[in-house]
Amino acid sequence: MDAVLAEGQVRDASPTDAIDGALPLKLIEPADEQGLAKAVAWANENGITLAARGGGTKLSWGTPPRSVDAVISTKRLGRVLEHAWADMTATVEAGCTVSRLQEELVKRGQRLAIDPLFPERATFGGLVATNDSGTLRIRYGSIRDLIIGITVALPDGTLARSGGKVVKNVAGYDLQKLMTGALGTLGVITQATFRLHPLPRESQTFSFGCTDSAAANRLILAIMDSMLVPTGLQMRVRAGSGPAVDIRIDGIHAGIEAQSEQLQKLTTDTRRIEEEGDVWSERQQLWQGTDPSLIGKISVLPSQLASATAAVERLCSSPQLKWSVVAQSTGLATVRIEASEHGQLHFALNGIRAAIHALGGTVVVLTCPAEMKKQIDVWGPTGDAQQLMVRVKQQFDPRGILNRGRFVGGI
Amino acid sequence: MNPRIFSELRAIVGQRGLITSPEELRTYECDGLTNFRVVPSAVVLPESAEQVQKVVSLCHREHIAFVARGSGTGLSGGALPVESGIVISLARLNRILEVDIPNQRVMVEPGVINAFVTQEVAPSGYFYAPDPSSQSVCSIGGNVAENSGGAHCLKYGFTTTHVLGLEAVLPDGSLVHLGGKNLDAPGYDLCGVFVGSEGTLGVATKANLRIVKKPEVVQTLLAAFNTTNEAGAAVSGIIAAGILPAAIEMMDALAMEAAEAAVHAGYPKCGGLLLVELDGPAAEVAELMRQVREVCDSCGAWEFRLAQSEEERMVIWKGRKAAFAAVGRISPNYIVQDGVIPRTALPQVMSEIVRLSSEAGLRVANVFHAGDGNLHPLVLYDRRIEGQEKAAEKLAGDILTLCVTAGGSITGEHGVGEEKKAFMSVMFAEPDLDTMQLVRCAFDPDGISNPGKVFPRTRLCAEKQGVYEPHPLEVAGVAQYF
Repeated sequence: MDAVLAEGQVRDASPTDAIDGALPLKLIEPADEQGLAKAVAWANENGITLAARGGGTKLSWGTPPRSVDAVISTKRLGRVLEHAWADMTATVEAGCTVSRLQEELVKRGQRLAIDPLFPERATFGGLVATNDSGTLRIRYGSIRDLIIGITVALPDGTLARSGGKVVKNVAGYDLQKLMTGALGTLGVITQATFRLHPLPRESQTFSFGCTDSAAANRLILAIMDSMLVPTGLQMRVRAGSGPAVDIRIDGIHAGIEAQSEQLQKLTTDTRRIEEEGDVWSERQQLWQGTDPSLIGKISVLPSQLASATAAVERLCSSPQLKWSVVAQSTGLATVRIEASEHGQLHFALNGIRAAIHALGGTVVVLTCPAEMKKQIDVWGPTGDAQQLMVRVKQQFDPRGILNRGRFVGGI
Repeated sequence: MNPRIFSELRAIVGQRGLITSPEELRTYECDGLTNFRVVPSAVVLPESAEQVQKVVSLCHREHIAFVARGSGTGLSGGALPVESGIVISLARLNRILEVDIPNQRVMVEPGVINAFVTQEVAPSGYFYAPDPSSQSVCSIGGNVAENSGGAHCLKYGFTTTHVLGLEAVLPDGSLVHLGGKNLDAPGYDLCGVFVGSEGTLGVATKANLRIVKKPEVVQTLLAAFNTTNEAGAAVSGIIAAGILPAAIEMMDALAMEAAEAAVHAGYPKCGGLLLVELDGPAAEVAELMRQVREVCDSCGAWEFRLAQSEEERMVIWKGRKAAFAAVGRISPNYIVQDGVIPRTALPQVMSEIVRLSSEAGLRVANVFHAGDGNLHPLVLYDRRIEGQEKAAEKLAGDILTLCVTAGGSITGEHGVGEEKKAFMSVMFAEPDLDTMQLVRCAFDPDGISNPGKVFPRTRLCAEKQGVYEPHPLEVAGVAQYF
């Protein structure tokens, strides 16, 4: 490896580089895209297994690695390469943090309309690989809908580009979508280009207290079916307290005023509440608390949010369990469960999964105790497309060196 | 084709689902791009996903190439039949299977006409956002294959944004579900890959679509400028002001002349016409429209017309959406192109198009989705004049190369198909194209699903197996996996 990369780019891994208990031997920090591609090719030729790492904020998502000889870090690929503000696009290196780009964009009154977890540390490589999305998704979609171009280092050392720098483009296969959410199992992302949006001129958030989850869900559906155009709409429910619904309206002053009047009419029998702090960071707050704990991503239909929440409540009714759900109106909910021992978490998860699967939804475990993770399938069933996914993996990474065993069905 | 194959196909789709007579086959010899024509060996019209599956399985077994076809309105030859192959028409899979208003979802079969989706949900106050100009006749299956856009995708996104899940028959005849009704199904986003793959990865048999709530108000403004450059400056000004219109369209004098001749939209006579549509909450639209007019004013707009009624708005759009066909009124033949450029390159690219056009001695009418830099130059020519067709093709090609050089793309919404496959090498390097072929090989290793389209050359899929190989340190007993 030393022959492939200049000095200082490879060192022995330390315990902090472990992924779900698996300790790699080496940490590789290439200085540029070409160096990264060379390192990946070298690893492939020598059968060295790799896990790509950006800010490391979501490194434990996925199945524990079946093998990881080295972590390949994008730490030194941190630049904003271009902010074509008049064209409303931006190109970054994979190791650039979300906040770093947003700081650049704000100078021109623009933003990348996504609010993922831990933006100060999360990098675009990791964001794209995990397809993490936040509260803005209801209006702007996820990073999958905002990415317009990508460069990826493949195991054979190819730096492959797809898409481009224009927002509208249907030339060739959409590899940026294939890479989005692929958990780094098909290639190591080195660059990405995104479409941007103007920063809202003003923004206002309204919160409401609801009697129960069903009422909160009804309010969410009523807002979705109204003329309101929210950029955030979520419900928060936790053990021992009534649910709350938050709605955020962005735009110009006159528009916000008119919409808030409409909102009042929709919420005549709902209690307005004043929340301290930023309610839109509540999803991220779920990563704080006591262990052992489990954090899961639930996907149901918007009309099923109350049923999903009720399932969590029912299966976590034991006083030894604490739970909390932050659910977006898109049907994506994040749940945190704390217990006094693993077995309770495992039992609750099985029950919640059964209930959500019965609704036609899915539950992906994001974090849980390492011991428990070895006993469960964090992804859950993938249906009849699993074989096709395996074939895709075999085409891109025939020797299986990238994030071996961490993705769906052991990919 | 072997008569045994015909009888097997007949057994699957029935007598009225199989076309083999040369006269009837001619109907299917091309799509909306009529300068490429191939008569297929047979056309099948299955009535269910199961029948599609059986037909594709037969093709797989017998190594017969197949081409899926929706309404045949595509403009890049994506549904052009393959020599000795069959065409699978999805026209009879035309049912809207489920409408779920609270969750804003509709599930349809691929033969459903785009505009019918909106018609179905309009009474509940919703619409299906992707709106290609052919929306009154084009099918959802075709839209999925091409990742169709339309004027309003500037704000609402393309087909890919609105397709959440697909049921598809893979080229080996297996039926798979990609994505779903819910968001973020675990696994690769193969639904996202399938959309826009131009029929090369299989045949979609169902689509889960997202529908959008109709905005409170929609306002459409026409602004007349002396030149397209002035109009282009106004587009940049609007975007720079932080306004995201539902659509911004531009037409030059020649395109307007054609549209006027065809539908009498009442456009002001000018060198560059801008059509700006804003939608959303009433108070917001009113204020932003005022700002749009200010920007246009400062860029030299000398006449404004704000549509005063839904009827007026429809007439304005009718002129725009009919522009391609309308060009037939002022020229016997024409080539439509679909290049995309970064918006900021518009003035430079426009003057270059003028130069190329005068060099070639051919007229070029310009219709743009100006907000997202998607140009639709229409190269006018007369086939009867010797050499003009060749010159027109060269000019159209030069314009595409110009778009790529300006940092753009060879196609924004029409697809690569048969027409532009040679230009893929202008836009992408060999390794990029080889990487796309990896996807093809995973879905269609035998290359029977719409072969010969999109890519400049066919690549054979090598058998690659992801076998576990022990690490040298593991073999040496120095390290172990845990």
